[in-house]
Amino acid sequence: MKILVPVKRVIDYNVKVRVKSDGSGVDLANVKMSMNPFDEISVEQAIRLKEAGIATEVVVVSVGEKKAQEILRTALAMGADRAILVEADTGDDIEPLTVAKILAKVVADEAPELVIAGKQAIDNDMNATGQMLAALLGWGQATFASQVDVADGKASVTREVDGGLQTVSVKLPAVITTDLRLNEPRYASLPNIMKAKKKPLEEKTAADYGVDLSPRLKVLATEEPAGRAAGIVVGSVDELMGKLKEQGLV
Amino acid sequence: MAVLLLAEMAGGALALDATAKAVTAAAKLGDVTALVCGPKSAAEIAATIEGVSKVLVCEDAAVAHGLAENVTRLILDQAQGFTHIVAPAGNSGRNILPRVAALLDAMVMTDVTEVIAPDTFKRPIYAGNAIQTVQSLDPVKVLSIRTTGFDAAGTGAAAPVETVALSAVSDLSAHVEDKVVSSDRPELTSAKVVVSGGRGIGSEENFALVSSLADKLGAAVGASRAAVDSGFASNDLQVGQTGKVVAPDLYIAVGISGAIQHLAGMKDSKVIVAINKDVDAPIFQVADYGLVADLFDAVPALTEAV
Ligand SMILES: Cc1cc2nc3c(=O)[nH]c(=O)nc-3n(C[C@H](O)[C@H](O)[C@H](O)COP(=O)(O)OP(=O)(O)OC[C@H]3O[C@@H](n4cnc5c(N)ncnc54)[C@H](O)[C@@H]3O)c2cc1C
Repeated sequence: MKILVPVKRVIDYNVKVRVKSDGSGVDLANVKMSMNPFDEISVEQAIRLKEAGIATEVVVVSVGEKKAQEILRTALAMGADRAILVEADTGDDIEPLTVAKILAKVVADEAPELVIAGKQAIDNDMNATGQMLAALLGWGQATFASQVDVADGKASVTREVDGGLQTVSVKLPAVITTDLRLNEPRYASLPNIMKAKKKPLEEKTAADYGVDLSPRLKVLATEEPAGRAAGIVVGSVDELMGKLKEQGLV
Repeated sequence: MAVLLLAEMAGGALALDATAKAVTAAAKLGDVTALVCGPKSAAEIAATIEGVSKVLVCEDAAVAHGLAENVTRLILDQAQGFTHIVAPAGNSGRNILPRVAALLDAMVMTDVTEVIAPDTFKRPIYAGNAIQTVQSLDPVKVLSIRTTGFDAAGTGAAAPVETVALSAVSDLSAHVEDKVVSSDRPELTSAKVVVSGGRGIGSEENFALVSSLADKLGAAVGASRAAVDSGFASNDLQVGQTGKVVAPDLYIAVGISGAIQHLAGMKDSKVIVAINKDVDAPIFQVADYGLVADLFDAVPALTEAV
């Protein structure tokens, strides 16, 4: 069984994002970029399925700028077998619908039985690509996975939902999206980072797949959120209670 | 303009607060028809929400557990004539709406916090560190509503209820089981007061400190990711970028450092109290009242004082 894992290069989760003063977007100059944390979890899950003898090959794919090569190499160092970069440099974030359309073409070429994607990218926070891909392929979907068991042409997936957990069984091929508690991704070891340099990384462009990149959402403005008024430090529980009582909160 | 609004369900019943908040947002876009996947009794409650002009109800077991493939089919069965397809941005809406949007060849807009015009919306990006205003160029707009941004519509209306059928049942996925965490406490996303615990609490047993304070205050209990990952609290209590978003009148953060991802889920609370022994913890930057103290002294004292 082949597993395809889409990965995105995003601002590192530790970086405090700053909005550009002219409202044209956020400042990405000279900030640390990394693999989207949920995608790391997806890569890890795919590798574990391979180590368990369930998957035979793990292919990682990134749609975006050329620099996404860095995170594809990271995924290869973690243990993925090969990588595909689909260059689609719009100079801006690419919408999940566009990414899903390109991924659907990659799926047509690669014929994986499972796609494992992160539930959301921590830049646009849209939480959409996996579901959109499943829709375009006519596949089943199991989102926000905190446990995945694959057997007999099906995946049994425990999902994090608002009231607790839900288990669904989805027929393969299918799309799974990963949540935080599915696993703890491994770090790539130095020898594996060296080895990853020799693993195949195929370069394509969006044009190869004939997908239109024009966005459906026109970004009119990007602003700082409203700030909070400065607070005070209270010296004791009694003082705190006093303040809360004053405001009618307790 | 006409809006098809997917009502939020919780354990087979209507989640009235989330649905009524989404109705407030949807009513700014046009005439609202609510779609209920569940029993008639839930539809009858949805019919009382002011601003809902009609309720469609599907009692088919195939949609009862919110399976994305079937609910998407049901929405598309009914989509004719609607300019907007809307749902509250809970995990159900998050699961289903992108699938609906892709099949309509539309780009979904998730977690909308403000309606500017029927085609223009504000939504947070980068864990709420930036707010984007986007205009949709798609003929049908598909969007989920972050309910903390809207007041709940009132009840007292009596819209007609019509039963609808699912045109085809998908065999792509099947429901196995729900493990619902039941609690007598108020629901996290609609509670007026939330007490959340973080890694500083130290253990599942110690988490009782947080629950006791919450119970004294009639509050909901929340948690940081670290507290959930460590097994102190269940996953449905996680507040943050990738958990629940809350905006109560009072949010008390206990032993939580205030990482960007946690702040994303609570920084719109009206009053924030932070109890942390580290004076440099970033949570103090958003707190209205900061108490630099050991939580094992401060929380029992506070519980006592309430
Ligand atoms: C992709 C991604 C998504 C994430 N999503 C979320 C999310 O949705 N929600 C979320 O919360 N996090 C999320 N995180 C995790 C986040 O980055 C932080 O790791 C997490 O919020 C830390 O939790 P914490 O504050 O409880 O723990 P810590 O950061 O370890 O803080 C514990 C605090 O407790 C204090 N403390 C310890 N002992 C005591 C004591 N005796 N008395 C008083 N204070 C004490 C310490 O001073 C410290 O400030 C996400 C991370 C990633 C990468």
